[in-house]
Amino acid sequence: MAAILAADSLRGPSIDWLGLSPLLILLGAAMVLLVVAVLTPTWPRGLYAWFTVAASAATIVLAFVQWHRIDLHGTKTLVGGAIAFDHFAVWMTITIAVAILLVALSTDGYLRREGLDGPELYALYMLCAVGGIVMSAANDLIVLFLGLEILSIALYVMAASHRKRVESQEAGIKYFVLGGFSSAFFLYGVALIYGSAGSTNFSKIIASFGSTVSLDRHDGLVLAGVAMLIVGLGFKTSSAPFHFWAPDVYQGSPTPVSGFMASAGKAAAFAALLRVLIAALPYWRDDYRPVIWALAVLTLVVGATMAVIQTNVKRMLAFSSINHAGFMLVGVEAAAHVAGNPSAGRGMSSVLLYLLLYSVLVTGTFAIVAVVSRTGDNATDLAAFRGLGRSRPTLAIALTVLLLSQAGVPLTSGFIAKFGVIQAAVDERSYALAIIAMVTAVIAAFLYLRIMVSVWVQDPEAGDDAREPVRVPWTGGLAIALSVGFTIVVGVAPGWLVDLSNSVTNLAH
Amino acid sequence: MIAIAHPTTLYYLILAAVLFGVGVVGVMVRRNPLVLFMCVELMLNAVNLTFVAMARKLGDIGGQTTVFFVLVVAAAEVVVGLGIIVAILRRRPGATADDLDELKG
Repeated sequence: MAAILAADSLRGPSIDWLGLSPLLILLGAAMVLLVVAVLTPTWPRGLYAWFTVAASAATIVLAFVQWHRIDLHGTKTLVGGAIAFDHFAVWMTITIAVAILLVALSTDGYLRREGLDGPELYALYMLCAVGGIVMSAANDLIVLFLGLEILSIALYVMAASHRKRVESQEAGIKYFVLGGFSSAFFLYGVALIYGSAGSTNFSKIIASFGSTVSLDRHDGLVLAGVAMLIVGLGFKTSSAPFHFWAPDVYQGSPTPVSGFMASAGKAAAFAALLRVLIAALPYWRDDYRPVIWALAVLTLVVGATMAVIQTNVKRMLAFSSINHAGFMLVGVEAAAHVAGNPSAGRGMSSVLLYLLLYSVLVTGTFAIVAVVSRTGDNATDLAAFRGLGRSRPTLAIALTVLLLSQAGVPLTSGFIAKFGVIQAAVDERSYALAIIAMVTAVIAAFLYLRIMVSVWVQDPEAGDDAREPVRVPWTGGLAIALSVGFTIVVGVAPGWLVDLSNSVTNLAH
Repeated sequence: MIAIAHPTTLYYLILAAVLFGVGVVGVMVRRNPLVLFMCVELMLNAVNLTFVAMARKLGDIGGQTTVFFVLVVAAAEVVVGLGIIVAILRRRPGATADDLDELKG
């Protein structure tokens, strides 16, 4: 007995706490917010939001420290090979933290207007971000699945969190059933890959296929597994034909939460898709590349064409977000061409750049919609935007800049993002895909123009006066200003950010 | 007289695939939110069976421990899912998936 106690035979993996610190800060802040807010009386107004902003700012700072450490010491894996520590993971950490920073600012005024002020939504944002960061840094399929579920379960609650709107609960249950459905597909894919590779760890999966891949390439079990993984992640990235939940859920969810889904949620899902395809399954790239190609084309076309026939701005933005997902898939397809090569092409870095730029753009856009939706969060049809150019010209200009940027007009960040993925596709000779993407960008431009026409050209009609005037809380205004500022600065001077994204070349495993 | 073969891993994999398929079809055709939810759980349990069968075949403990993670995730989903379902049914008693039609376009 004494011998057993004395012998130090159980040794866990060594943990680089500093490497995990961006994640731990967010997790700790969420726990503090949940526990302390329950034990103390209501905090002074706005403090929940500022607490979240401070936590995400700390995450961003720590992430930059990690970036520098990787520059100095190279990539590695953490916690016994479960988590990858590379530029890719740090970039995604920053993207997700920026998204919660902006969303928390826009949520503050929203919750107070709706009479729902409280710490829950902020804690959920941070927990959700933890899940997203785990997904994008995972080096093991099970870790990735856990991250996916942390993200998704928090999102289900957030979608249903507006207690006074029946639409919000409907969005919650729809998202919940379809999200659970897609998670089960993803998990089945994990199980099949585990069965053929003998492990869920990316490095071990690659090692196990390394010797057998030429003989047994068309192992049905693995191919079925890869297909299931793509279906599962296709749901989360809202790629057509797995996109049908997105318009309903975006429309029903509280508006800042819709912005969060389109930014952090989508970014995490795309990071996971890239990780799985590039880091775990490079040997199957010729098998999954046509699938990604088809997904990209469908997503681009469905997003652009369906958006045009909508009349609700939140639904329009949902389809626009599907169209953007198509552009990101163009980048993923380009990255899949060179999966497993020591020198990664531009595909991966172009997707990462797109995710960051789009996250900032879309949180800003939804922050404006949240302001315009007025008390009750229901005034989101095109008519609610009529005459905004006259009554709130600054807000209308901000909306115009963000929409132009989403359309990909030069001198805005949206152009830089789209240019990056198209260039990556052309580098890999996916000319057809690049052309289809550009054509759908033109179709999608019509949808952004429709909103702008409502804002600037159409006169208010009788009955519009009865609507409550649009009030911009200063925190929401700050989120919008930050988003617009970033959009223009990056659009005019993109060099530094593009260079930074191009330094994301290899994945740790 | 039918000779019953000794069950192999393949039997379990096929059973799991069938269970998964039942879950998928259930989600597509059933209308009661609670039953939809049970079908998703059935899918997760089919995956658990796959994991255990694979782990036995590979002689690897990893797949069996994974099942515990999946169970925890499923439990967390139950908590959230039932919460949302209760919130909806309290507002609209007896609502089915077809009644949830506020959002469309």
